[in-house]
Amino acid sequence: MTAAPQTVPVDKPDIDEASEFARPWVTIVHNDPVNLMSYVTWVFQELFGYSRDKAELLMLDVHQKGRAVVSAGARERMEHDASRLHTYGLWATVDRQ
Amino acid sequence: MTIFRRVGAECVADFREDEVRVLRKVAEEVVGLLTDGFDREDPVVERLFPDVYPEDVKNSAEFRRFTEGDLKTAKIDQAGAVLAGLPEAGKGEVRLDAESAEAWLRAINDARLALGIRLELTDDTVVEYELEEALEQDAGSARVFQLSVYSYLGYLQESLLEAVIGADFRR
Repeated sequence: MTAAPQTVPVDKPDIDEASEFARPWVTIVHNDPVNLMSYVTWVFQELFGYSRDKAELLMLDVHQKGRAVVSAGARERMEHDASRLHTYGLWATVDRQ
Repeated sequence: MTIFRRVGAECVADFREDEVRVLRKVAEEVVGLLTDGFDREDPVVERLFPDVYPEDVKNSAEFRRFTEGDLKTAKIDQAGAVLAGLPEAGKGEVRLDAESAEAWLRAINDARLALGIRLELTDDTVVEYELEEALEQDAGSARVFQLSVYSYLGYLQESLLEAVIGADFRR
């Protein structure tokens, strides 16, 4: 194996770009007093194709801990997931892992 | 109260006249909030269109610029699906295919979120107690009406969700 050629000027490293690879982005769902537990579980199954068990565990995490990471990956992908969750009325945000 | 049942691929329920009236009013109010009455400062709008980067005003605004229009359209459409699925007048049967049923679930949820904000519900709120208390204070108040609509919508959503999950409940 060889090192990749240095293409970024050494005196001006792009910090954002570097950490983009180091830490993936995540979609977080937050607890709220309105959404039904059964509905939240169903939404996770619908949107992410999660099994009922996995969806239920995530829902319980949201309910008990106040928030849960529901997906991880590229930033654009997470923004897309958050948008879809907003269509279903879940309170979703995007952050670095 | 109305219970949805699964008939083949459809979710079916018989609605009473007062239920039809309440659902229509609620769906129209949601459409109103998303169209002429759209106000970014309204806490209901803040809840239906949450900041995706809570600690980053600039990136949240940027995200909103690209997505808010589509999200608004989706929410207007799902409230529209409720209006389209209701009987024209009086009581009657509602039959929803899979797509309409899902739109109804999302629309009922939006309406519950909006009412939840107006009623200032928190994690500690027990709606039944709130309703009892509000009834004691003034049985004819707007709060009594809103709380009972909120309860009704929760019940309706749960019943529709059970009908939707129906056959593939075990997946």
